Amino acid sequence: MFKYLKQLTSLVAMVAVLFTFTTETMAAKKSKTLKNTQKKGFVRCGVSQGLPGFSNADAAGNWTGIDVDVCRAVAAAVLGDANKVKFTPLSAKERFTALTSGEIDILSRNTTWTLSRDADIGLTFVGVNFYDGQGFMVRKSSGITSTSQFKDGISACTNIGTTTELNMRDFFNSKGISYEPVAFEKADEVVAAYDAGRCDTYTTDKSGLAAQRTKMSNPDDHIVLPETVSKEPLGPVVRQGDSVWEDIVRWSLNAMIEAEEYGITSANADSMKTSDNPAVKRLVGAEGELGAAFGLDNEWSLRIIKQVGNYGESYKRNIADTGILPDRGPNELWTKGGILYVPPAR
Amino acid sequence: MDLKLQKIIPQLITVLVVVLVFGFFTYNAQINMENRGIDFGYGFLSQESSFDVQFSLIEYDGSHSYFRAYLVGLLNTILVSVIGIIIATILGVIVGVARLSPNYLINQFAAFYVEFFRNIPLLLQIFFWYFAALRALPLPQDADAMLGVFFLTIKGLYVPAFIWENLNVFLYSIIAAIISIIVIRIHARKVQETQGKQLPVFWISVGLIFILPLLSFLIGGVSLSFEIPKLKQLATTSFKYEGGISLPPELIALTLSLALYTATFIAECVRAGIQGVGKGQKEAAASIGLNPNQVLKLVVMPQALRIIIPPTTNQYLNLTKNSSLAAAIAYPDLVLVFAGTALMQTGKAIEIVSITMLTYLSLSISISILMNWYNKKIAIKEK
Repeated sequence: MFKYLKQLTSLVAMVAVLFTFTTETMAAKKSKTLKNTQKKGFVRCGVSQGLPGFSNADAAGNWTGIDVDVCRAVAAAVLGDANKVKFTPLSAKERFTALTSGEIDILSRNTTWTLSRDADIGLTFVGVNFYDGQGFMVRKSSGITSTSQFKDGISACTNIGTTTELNMRDFFNSKGISYEPVAFEKADEVVAAYDAGRCDTYTTDKSGLAAQRTKMSNPDDHIVLPETVSKEPLGPVVRQGDSVWEDIVRWSLNAMIEAEEYGITSANADSMKTSDNPAVKRLVGAEGELGAAFGLDNEWSLRIIKQVGNYGESYKRNIADTGILPDRGPNELWTKGGILYVPPAR
Repeated sequence: MDLKLQKIIPQLITVLVVVLVFGFFTYNAQINMENRGIDFGYGFLSQESSFDVQFSLIEYDGSHSYFRAYLVGLLNTILVSVIGIIIATILGVIVGVARLSPNYLINQFAAFYVEFFRNIPLLLQIFFWYFAALRALPLPQDADAMLGVFFLTIKGLYVPAFIWENLNVFLYSIIAAIISIIVIRIHARKVQETQGKQLPVFWISVGLIFILPLLSFLIGGVSLSFEIPKLKQLATTSFKYEGGISLPPELIALTLSLALYTATFIAECVRAGIQGVGKGQKEAAASIGLNPNQVLKLVVMPQALRIIIPPTTNQYLNLTKNSSLAAAIAYPDLVLVFAGTALMQTGKAIEIVSITMLTYLSLSISISILMNWYNKKIAIKEK
């Protein structure tokens, strides 16, 4: 009897230890960034200083764009309100420091995912919300219709602190063309200098070229050359070391893309709760316990879809309808000939 | 003993506080960098930079190291500072003297210039010269030649390049001229001190500095030709000049705005210096028979310089530090190249910013040392 009692105590002790252990890991799952965000009541999001279609503020200070929508999606998932976002406009040069120093919690600023950025400087890329490539813009009157017509001594305006600067060198070196790089800190200054005739060509991501073209004094005088000289997968970035927060941002983006795949829109999201498709039901929170894994409730993705919309809606609203890039190109779902393909939410 | 302790304790406390504060920040940075998985180290300086720079005084392209990129930025900063300081000094002295001119139009114009440029923020002036003035410049194909060989265009100023033969002989002749001028000056001073005679040193010097180099052309085998910039077509409406030397518009805009801005402060230093010399000094000098030129050269200026130099040193430092605004208009100075592009490509924020800060500190201290040495040289020598 005494012997059993001893065994029983040890068993109780073991269970107790196990229990405290599990509650502790559950608490740890509530990441520091998530806790801070919930305490503050808003998501701190770093965006560009004004790139139409991606992140741009109107005269009243309302931010719109597909990069902005990623932050809004996270706010909807975490705080229940897509408007609870504080946007911090950052230059290309400032963006990573702002993120690693903890000034912002998500960097959603048309940022190219590269190995060295991911591995070196304390950042983690969570996905791709726009597949882009670097291109060149020239004046129509120059008669240039292809990069093969570039000649020695061409001057090219661009931004500092971007992959563009490196790609430009690779491109001109591989073609054996000597060039004059003119690199500014702000995109507006690049556009002003190119527009004034300081440079023969303006190079950056093609989406950026299309967006900046709308800011030129006479947009029709400029064309974007057809060649794409690099891969520029643009996506949101978080600080290294908070894997729960990383997962929240990743799956907020994935949920938007998957919602489009299953035809769930901001308009029909509620009615989709009674869908026959379990994948759809999971995504609108009618089945499964997906949110618990992040320490969120089950309707996190439903809120994203209802308040921000699916990826297709976001693209249409920000990029297609504004005339920047009406054609989705590679940023179409894999089922429709594009390369948008996200892991399943289950 | 007590007195000694009293003296030492505050010092010890000061040292302790400094060490603690410094230690706290270092520790804090270390912990945070470790948490975020950021490595610390200067090894990146020898890595390949893989970005190009628009304008460089030394040979550089992306296959060189980050350290080389640092040198490129540093030299560009020094270049713009040196040119800026020279122009600002010349302009400042002229305007400062002009403000004291009895001619109403001249002194009012000088006063207007000082008030106008001194009271507009420098960054705004840089933007004005770069974006507003630049837009008004012609495209390369529309530019008219100035004096037949200079072309000022939106893409920069193109000037003819000198092509020398036997350049070293020419340089030797200049060095020879300078040495002989120094010797003659020493001799002239001796003659004046012992015999009271004044030799026309100035004219002899001017003669030497022209005649010796001229001789090198005539008998030394030196020859000089010019390479005049030629228009080159890049595309239907896209042109540039080739050959000769091209100065980027960024350099011109930056130098111009720095010089015009700093010159206003130097002008005020000069005016204060001249006005600071007592009226009695001039009258006394005139009364012993010196002509107005000699009064200025021998009595007023040596005393005025003592007042002018220290605040002017400050302005030189300001100009050098202000040159970091170059980043706004794409002039590849230290801040743009190293604390900009290199910082972004490597992510080594602490390392690069610390190097940049130390570099500016060293530049400023060098200028201070140089100016203090000069100041000491012209100071009153107490006997």
